[in-house]
Amino acid sequence: MNKPIRRVFFVVVFLFALMVFYTARWTVFEARSLNQNALNKIPAQKNAKKPRGAILARSGRVVARSVKQPDGEYVRRYPQGELFAHPVGYSFAFYGQSSLEKYYDERLSGQTQSVSSILDQVLGRGGDEQNMLTNLDRGAQQLAQAQMAGRKGAVVVMEPGTGRIPVYVSVPGFPPGAMGTEAGVRRLNSDEKNSPLVDRVSSATYPPGSTFKVVTATAALDSGVMTTKSTVDGNSPQTFASKPLQNDFNQQFGPITLETALVKSVNTAFGNIAVDLGPAKMLEYMKRYGFYSPPPVDLPLVQLRSSGLRQGADLLPADANFDLARTGIGQERLGVTPIQMATVAATVANDGVRMEPRLARAFRDEYGRTTFSVSPKRAERVMKPGTAADLNKMMRKVVEEGTGRSANIGDLRMAGKTGTAEVRGGNQAWFIGFAPYDNPKYAVAVTIEKTQEFGGVVAAPIAADVVQYLLRNR
Amino acid sequence: MLSARNRELLGLVPVALATAAGFAGVLIAREAQVNDLTVTYGAMFLVLCLVGHLFIRWRLPDADPYIYPLTAALAGIGIVTLYRIDPELAREQAQWFVIALIGFMATVVLVRDISILERYRYTIAIAAFILLILPRLTGGVVNGAYLQINVGPLSFQPTEIAKLAIVIFVAAYLAETREILVTQERRFLGISFPPLGFFGPMIAIWAMAMIMLVFIRDLGSAVMFFGAFLALLYVATGRVSYVVLGLAMFVFGFEFFSQTVGHIQARADIWQNPLDPALFRAQGGSYQIAQGLFTMADGGVLGSGFGQSLISVGGVPILPAVRTDSIYALFTGETGLIGAVGMLLLYLVLIERGLKTAMIARDAFGKLLATGLTFVFALQVFVIVGGVTTVIPLTGVTLPFVSYGGSSIVANFILVALLMVISNDARRDDATTGGLL
Repeated sequence: MNKPIRRVFFVVVFLFALMVFYTARWTVFEARSLNQNALNKIPAQKNAKKPRGAILARSGRVVARSVKQPDGEYVRRYPQGELFAHPVGYSFAFYGQSSLEKYYDERLSGQTQSVSSILDQVLGRGGDEQNMLTNLDRGAQQLAQAQMAGRKGAVVVMEPGTGRIPVYVSVPGFPPGAMGTEAGVRRLNSDEKNSPLVDRVSSATYPPGSTFKVVTATAALDSGVMTTKSTVDGNSPQTFASKPLQNDFNQQFGPITLETALVKSVNTAFGNIAVDLGPAKMLEYMKRYGFYSPPPVDLPLVQLRSSGLRQGADLLPADANFDLARTGIGQERLGVTPIQMATVAATVANDGVRMEPRLARAFRDEYGRTTFSVSPKRAERVMKPGTAADLNKMMRKVVEEGTGRSANIGDLRMAGKTGTAEVRGGNQAWFIGFAPYDNPKYAVAVTIEKTQEFGGVVAAPIAADVVQYLLRNR
Repeated sequence: MLSARNRELLGLVPVALATAAGFAGVLIAREAQVNDLTVTYGAMFLVLCLVGHLFIRWRLPDADPYIYPLTAALAGIGIVTLYRIDPELAREQAQWFVIALIGFMATVVLVRDISILERYRYTIAIAAFILLILPRLTGGVVNGAYLQINVGPLSFQPTEIAKLAIVIFVAAYLAETREILVTQERRFLGISFPPLGFFGPMIAIWAMAMIMLVFIRDLGSAVMFFGAFLALLYVATGRVSYVVLGLAMFVFGFEFFSQTVGHIQARADIWQNPLDPALFRAQGGSYQIAQGLFTMADGGVLGSGFGQSLISVGGVPILPAVRTDSIYALFTGETGLIGAVGMLLLYLVLIERGLKTAMIARDAFGKLLATGLTFVFALQVFVIVGGVTTVIPLTGVTLPFVSYGGSSIVANFILVALLMVISNDARRDDATTGGLL
């Protein structure tokens, strides 16, 4: 009987090999994906056992910090309330994390170590928590929020040369502390009228309207098909894709230059330009600007939305059959995020080089030593410097004598482009721009949902005020 | 060369060190001071181990020297892990450990010769059957299975004892009939069938497994019992075809009942998609199994450290059934892949010693009994560890010696006692005839 007994032992060895293999599967091969699974609250819950680094506005003002509870656990407090809710996010044991709190979780909670020892790992000790310094400017955030005056929308400001983001406002905001209680989460989730949890800067897409003409103009100039003096047919109405397209107030412009077409925001002219360029060139320049990819900002990927031709929540394939003329003027099925449009303005202002947007600036340990600097990162050259210079001049003229005159306040020397897209229930009003014109320090995008006004009327002044504040106070 | 007993004593040294280190680890993790009570638990455990060893020296001088230290090591892991979950649990488990040691000694004293068990095989079989259906008549439902008998404050899982009784019965039955099973077999369609007259007990065992499946709703025990039965049938006859036949019957029965009994179908769904959000949130869904996977993932290769895994937050359990079913997930989370493989190796070596005992046992009954006891033990480890790691659907059996639970540790100590009695017998023979091991 010993031979069968030996075989029984082989069966046992096989069963044990299976157990070892499956244990290795969960602890090694699939550990990372399990740790990042949305159902897995253990990482956030473990964080509650340890202090977590503070998050600071650029001035050093505390935006988020950990407070020890009587039971020994740490709970996150957000002394600035709604002001930084969308960029900074929240971190609670039961409902998880969002935004910067999530993206930089490992540093904030001290899971990254400069010097790691085996003993530390065996005892489960990480490094110490690090404080995060952001690029966000509290005063400018406040001003932007106040200027929105309760209207839904977004204000985002970028430094063209570095990609740093001093202003990131999505209205309405929400009190981040409310995400720490079940009742609070339920209340915020069920507010479908205001959807306060939606980040309107990076995860909501809107039709860009005429601000998109900057992208169309870039393609026309940079590909060498046109110059600023090239003439286009600006009569109204004209027929594209078997449907008539009109200029605002059905204005007739006749043959006009590309420059004038942008300054006066002539729809029919840009319809013609887009059709002349063809879909391949249009898509090429959209992709260079960062369309069709999630914005490369330092926020969790799940919260980001790509800009492009969209059908509801889905991005249409770039080769889909679409109405090119209406795409060229920012209508059709274009859906763009405000951060993408701010990137367009920043790229023009930065001689045609696109930088990746960054909310965080640096990390410091408890002694104030810098442990990690978030350095500017160049995404790609979108256009030749000459093209950027042409666009600079054209966008300055938009503000000096075109549709963007309401952004022309004081000695600001703003350049920009307005936009007004028709949506159900009103207009999507836009302004993108940068200032000062001859040495751009800030690029900006402002959008307002479902207003009855034009972008040049409601959005441009907000952009101008916020940028002026930044120029005066920093 | 050291005598077997001195080797056994030496084997207890690493157990003592590991247990002490384990308690120290938990204490460091708690950042509490070493309090007298915890030292007392550790010391008590080691003194008990020593008492067991002295008893073995007296009654089983020739038994395998590795079985007892391995058992003590696993029990030590259990006590330390339970202490880490809740010191009160460790105290209770220590009490059960005392009772289990008494059970161990009583078994050795009562069963001086395993032929006693062979003689009372039918009595034992009837006792097993009564034990199995008792919870359905009187007991409460635990996680959808009828497993417990509640007597006042005590709860008792009869399957743990029934496990031993069934193995004893099957071993005795096959020891008697194995010759007939082989010599009178008939071939039909190229497959060997046992003689019809001996089909009856086989069907009875199969029926018992199906009863467990349907009425007691305990898939894990059904797999254990039937698996051990097939292993014994194979060892007794050397006929793989019987095993295939038995497996076919089991799978047929399982398929039939899984269509008709919703409980089993639900378990299979959870097993296939533990990370499906709908199943995760459903009542009685995959929450437990998914949380186990998350805990193991949190541990990684080296583990998150003693006391570092989350068991509950604010009174809400993060790892349900952590003291019983999920204890393997907790141990893996805290000691990592390395710790888990270490623990599995302890089990595997213990099983190897059990089957070694079977191979040197003197008579057919001894061989079959040792094989059956060892294999049912191995299957129990597989059913629970395989369940927690999703090799197979999760069913609530205990991790031998490690999980919290009185009936489990008592039954498994009795199992070890029987193995050591067989071993003592076999090796005494070898010793007198000059054979060496």
